[in-house]
Amino acid sequence: MKDSTNSDAKKVVLAERLAVLKKNKAFVVGASILGFWIFCSIFSKFMVRFDQDAMDFESINSPPSLKYWFGTDSTGRDVYSRVIIGARIIMVISFVATALGAFVGASLGLIAGYLKGKFDMVLMRILEAISAIPVIIIALLAVAAIGRSSTVITVLIIGFIFTPNVARTVRAAVLGESELEYVAAAKLRTEKTAHILFREILPNVLPTLIVEFTVRLGYAIFAVATLSFLGVGLEAGSPDWGTQVADTWDKIFTNIWWPTLFPAIAIASVAVSINLISDALLEVFEL
Amino acid sequence: MSTTQTPTLELRNLEVAYTVRGIDRQVLRDVSLSIAPGEAYGLVGESGCGKSTAAFAAMRYLPRNGKITGGSIIFEGKDIVDIGETDVAQLRCSAISMVYQNPATALNPTIRIGKQIAEVFELNGASKSDAMKLAQESLVKVQIADPERVMRRYAHQLSGGMAQRVVIAMALASNPRLLVMDEPTTGLDATVEAEVLDLVRELRRDTGTAVLFISHNLGVIRNMCDRVGVLYAGALVEQGATTEIFKNPSHPYTVGLLRCIPRGGLHKSTDRLDTIPGTPPALGTKYEGCVFASRCSLADDKCQTELPQMVQINGEHVARCFHSDKASSMPRSIEQIEYASQADVRSVHNDDALLSISHLSKIFTQDGHKVRVINDVSFNLGFGETLGLVGESGSGKTTIAKLLLGLVSPEEGGVVTLDGKGLAQTLNRRDVSDVGAMQIVFQNPDQALNRRHSVTRIISRAVERLRGFSVDDSVVRAHELLTGMRVDASLHSVRPVQLSGGLKQRVAIARAFAGAPQIVVCDEPTSALDVSVQAAILNLLVDLQKKDNTSFIFISHDLGVVRYISDRIAVLYLGRVVEFGTSQRVFNGPFHPYTEALLSSVPNIDGSIRKRIPLTGVVPSPSNPPSGCVLNPRCPRKAGSGYETLCETEEPNLTEVEPGHFMRCHIPVANLKQLQN
Amino acid sequence: MLRFIAKRIGLSLVTLFIVSMIVFVMMSIMPGDLAKQTLGRDATPEAYEIWNKEKGLDKPLVVQYCVWIGGVMTGDLGMSFQYDQPVSEILGPAASKSAQLAIVALILIAPISILGGVIAAMNRGKRVDRILTVGGLSAAVIPEFVWSVVLILVFGVAIRVFPVSAFPDEENPNIINRIYHLLLPSIALLFVLFGYISRITRAGVIEALDSDYMRTAVLKGLSRKTAVFRHVLRNALLPTIAVIATQVPYLAGGLIAIERVFNYPGFGNILMDAVVARDFSLLQTAVFLVGLVIICFQLIADVLFAVLNPRIRQRVTE
Repeated sequence: MKDSTNSDAKKVVLAERLAVLKKNKAFVVGASILGFWIFCSIFSKFMVRFDQDAMDFESINSPPSLKYWFGTDSTGRDVYSRVIIGARIIMVISFVATALGAFVGASLGLIAGYLKGKFDMVLMRILEAISAIPVIIIALLAVAAIGRSSTVITVLIIGFIFTPNVARTVRAAVLGESELEYVAAAKLRTEKTAHILFREILPNVLPTLIVEFTVRLGYAIFAVATLSFLGVGLEAGSPDWGTQVADTWDKIFTNIWWPTLFPAIAIASVAVSINLISDALLEVFEL
Repeated sequence: MSTTQTPTLELRNLEVAYTVRGIDRQVLRDVSLSIAPGEAYGLVGESGCGKSTAAFAAMRYLPRNGKITGGSIIFEGKDIVDIGETDVAQLRCSAISMVYQNPATALNPTIRIGKQIAEVFELNGASKSDAMKLAQESLVKVQIADPERVMRRYAHQLSGGMAQRVVIAMALASNPRLLVMDEPTTGLDATVEAEVLDLVRELRRDTGTAVLFISHNLGVIRNMCDRVGVLYAGALVEQGATTEIFKNPSHPYTVGLLRCIPRGGLHKSTDRLDTIPGTPPALGTKYEGCVFASRCSLADDKCQTELPQMVQINGEHVARCFHSDKASSMPRSIEQIEYASQADVRSVHNDDALLSISHLSKIFTQDGHKVRVINDVSFNLGFGETLGLVGESGSGKTTIAKLLLGLVSPEEGGVVTLDGKGLAQTLNRRDVSDVGAMQIVFQNPDQALNRRHSVTRIISRAVERLRGFSVDDSVVRAHELLTGMRVDASLHSVRPVQLSGGLKQRVAIARAFAGAPQIVVCDEPTSALDVSVQAAILNLLVDLQKKDNTSFIFISHDLGVVRYISDRIAVLYLGRVVEFGTSQRVFNGPFHPYTEALLSSVPNIDGSIRKRIPLTGVVPSPSNPPSGCVLNPRCPRKAGSGYETLCETEEPNLTEVEPGHFMRCHIPVANLKQLQN
Repeated sequence: MLRFIAKRIGLSLVTLFIVSMIVFVMMSIMPGDLAKQTLGRDATPEAYEIWNKEKGLDKPLVVQYCVWIGGVMTGDLGMSFQYDQPVSEILGPAASKSAQLAIVALILIAPISILGGVIAAMNRGKRVDRILTVGGLSAAVIPEFVWSVVLILVFGVAIRVFPVSAFPDEENPNIINRIYHLLLPSIALLFVLFGYISRITRAGVIEALDSDYMRTAVLKGLSRKTAVFRHVLRNALLPTIAVIATQVPYLAGGLIAIERVFNYPGFGNILMDAVVARDFSLLQTAVFLVGLVIICFQLIADVLFAVLNPRIRQRVTE
């Protein structure tokens, strides 16, 4: 009974939010683009026209045509198929890495913001130190230290690097919330700290966390693409967008722009679509 | 007022609308009023009635989504609704000025005070150096001590009262013919408010400026204005000379408003407060008939369908009501809740203390300084008794509440005893029954209710934790409690954000009562509410007390409210109890000098003129309290009392000056009594 | 005020210490044998031992850390494994190159972004505002290398108005020519940073525009323009300083990709080479220096912010 009344109220609020979102043009555009790429990463098998590694020596560096929609690269591979295949790699890595960073960061932020004191102070120093080094540089350092590129390591590194940002955002929100009297009211009915944190405070900082997650997801795309462009993020020879740009961009001086431009546009479109979504969420949650 | 003179300001059938979510919502409906030169016109009403909109409309300054949809604003005979930006600016810099509700934020935080005032003189053609000189002179005019220093300060370095003086100085710098004051003393402490109002009165006498005075406080309006307009839901419902309106209110709303204020001498033991049933309408609600009809006990079919026009009552006194003749004899509106056993009013004097606190102190560390915010406070609270805690901001009222509840722990030596049992100092070391026995109603229900939970869940969870009920039983109990607080069953599953302020506070009260408490601390429970809602909440609290014999600790800055609801009262100053006694004693005297000053500064709605006993200077910082009696540098009774040296060197103890009446003062009570007569 | 600055410096030193620890630990937990890698598989075990001894890698980690950090503090940055010459000689010229690029970029970015933010705020809710904010932020999430490649394609290949290399291909180029070569990479950075800086500026300006003191200024009789200039901009631009300073890490991180694409012999390129060559002595010092620069920037921004803001200034003096 308790839960039914509660979830009814939740449903109403959710429905209202969705209605507002549907009216937001930026959100619709962003969600459509992202939806397209998610579709590609799930059903890439049915969308490609050629095997992404198949080389057609008859047509090397051929410009976009009816056969090769986006043209071919210097080894005669179909650029269109490679772009479609590339979607899954970057999306999965970015999502998992962001989820990891958001989970660890949110946990640390919740605890630090609520407990304050020494734990908070020490944690904040460490997080500040981590964020004093640019994301890409930490990632490079880690790759150099470990000695090889690997997807798992990239996920871990990006998750680790995003932890401070998420933790700080959540901490600030928690600090604000814990000053509010409903927290004192919860203490005055002998609630345990865990309940206060997760049942009272967390629901109120959730919108902040969701927006922060989408913002970080955009950065993750940014970071993964940059790392693979620099040749350190993923296993060598992986058909992802950053690597495609890295492998082909020196040809643009000879006016062979298609193998570079299409994956570049793909990266840009995913990043922008996520940004549009987080922007719309920010507005809907009125943060 | 003479009718031949051109009025300074005239609003003629003014209509203003705000566009909210794409829809125009009317906030002012056909408002007509006029202010003669030198006259003070008061516009009074509850929150959301449009009074501030009227003030800003007179300045031709509306929010981005606001627009004038009809009528005219005539300043000295000239319609200013359609004049251009340059002309408006010219008008503002030379003829109309404004004083705002929050003086602290009205001043630019990064520009020195002197320069901000000088800016106005420069606009009026003074050279830079002249402007600075004039600015300093203007600070002298608003009675700021040490104007030279204030000139160099920044806004955040000023107290609220000082900041408002600066804003007034700035407003008067252009020698305006009209001064618009929007709640100029709301948010200031009573003694500071009284000083600012005195200053405004004096300046008016000297300058003869016409004033449009906006306030929700009927007492302030009564004391400051020649004529009054009562605004309800954007419509002017009654207008006339101040004395006439207060003596012979002729619109049911005005009558209701005046009746529901806990005023001089009313006490819960003998009087029940009137309420105005229902709630004020939402912004921009459309009406066919009278705006007040849905809440009016005199309303009939005609009121619902036909728009009443202003009816002349007596000379200039007009009311927008079909039944104005019956308004003053309107039946009283008293919300009565019937209980199975309505206990009689208990005797106040109860020697068995339910709660006893002794030697409670609290030291906070602020920027490395130790600040003693509570200093050796002791008192008892009887069964079913209400103890009022009174004091200005910084007196430590709320900290005492937190100490009692265990939300902060007292310094060594402080003891809280509940029903003979010593309580642990911090909340997490108290057992469930002790925690449930003492609960609180917070000032701001928006913050006190978790906005992500439903009303039922907020209450049922408290029942579950504090009474050990099963989940299903707690929900049943929660519904019972809410119904008992007159929260309609249809609202039990909504979230707090969907409730009005009064309903939210009812939910907060239900929450406090969820654990069947013996003591409920009420921390300014009605100060965020309108007076008509306040009365209903106070009635509810009184009923609950009668039903369960609950004791209250009632914190408020509103002396009328405290007097109405309290059996005994503790007056606090700088973390110390300076006077303690029955409500009767504390309000009728002999008074502690601080209490005396405090009481004399409250603007009366009965219109009786009282001599104000001023407190000089500002409240000292608790980090650096004065030596001797903490009140001594400001004490109105020290000089000439013969106890000056003692006052300045030794802190007095709280001593029983009459049976059951305690004071912290060196001056013998007999002397005080004599001085106060 | 002095106490505040001292406290702030103290905190920065703590952060810096943690940074050095992070960098050192990351560089010391690597698997594999560095000596083998550097000297090749055919060298004798004795040669490895000598090499390790020479580089001080045989000592305990604590000692290694102290030697390293002591050296950095006293200006001795150690020897590069890869080039076998002092790290300072490699990093010095590269850092100066990167600094030139960063300065040109900031001079371009700061005014344009702040102006963009002010314009957006003044036209809040209108089309200009939507385009500037949504467009700016969308541009900001597209990686620098994508911008660089696209810019080269458009301005260097399709319409040849900018050089495709960031460094003039001639002896002793004059300053104009050098700046001209740095423009395209700076524009790439502009796209990435405009969104952040203008958004913060916009928020600051809007807050000030909505403030009670702005209302006071207008109701005093000041024209809107004067009121905005005297009362809004000063208060609104304060937070922007802090933001520009916190964007320095992005700038530094972004330089790597940009220097790569524009073939610019800066710090980022050196860093990248060191990663590929696993030149740890160079790498750990270089990264530490990046941290140092960023922390210094943030320190300066904080102090500047406090000095310019009377509210903080007073709180820290009293």
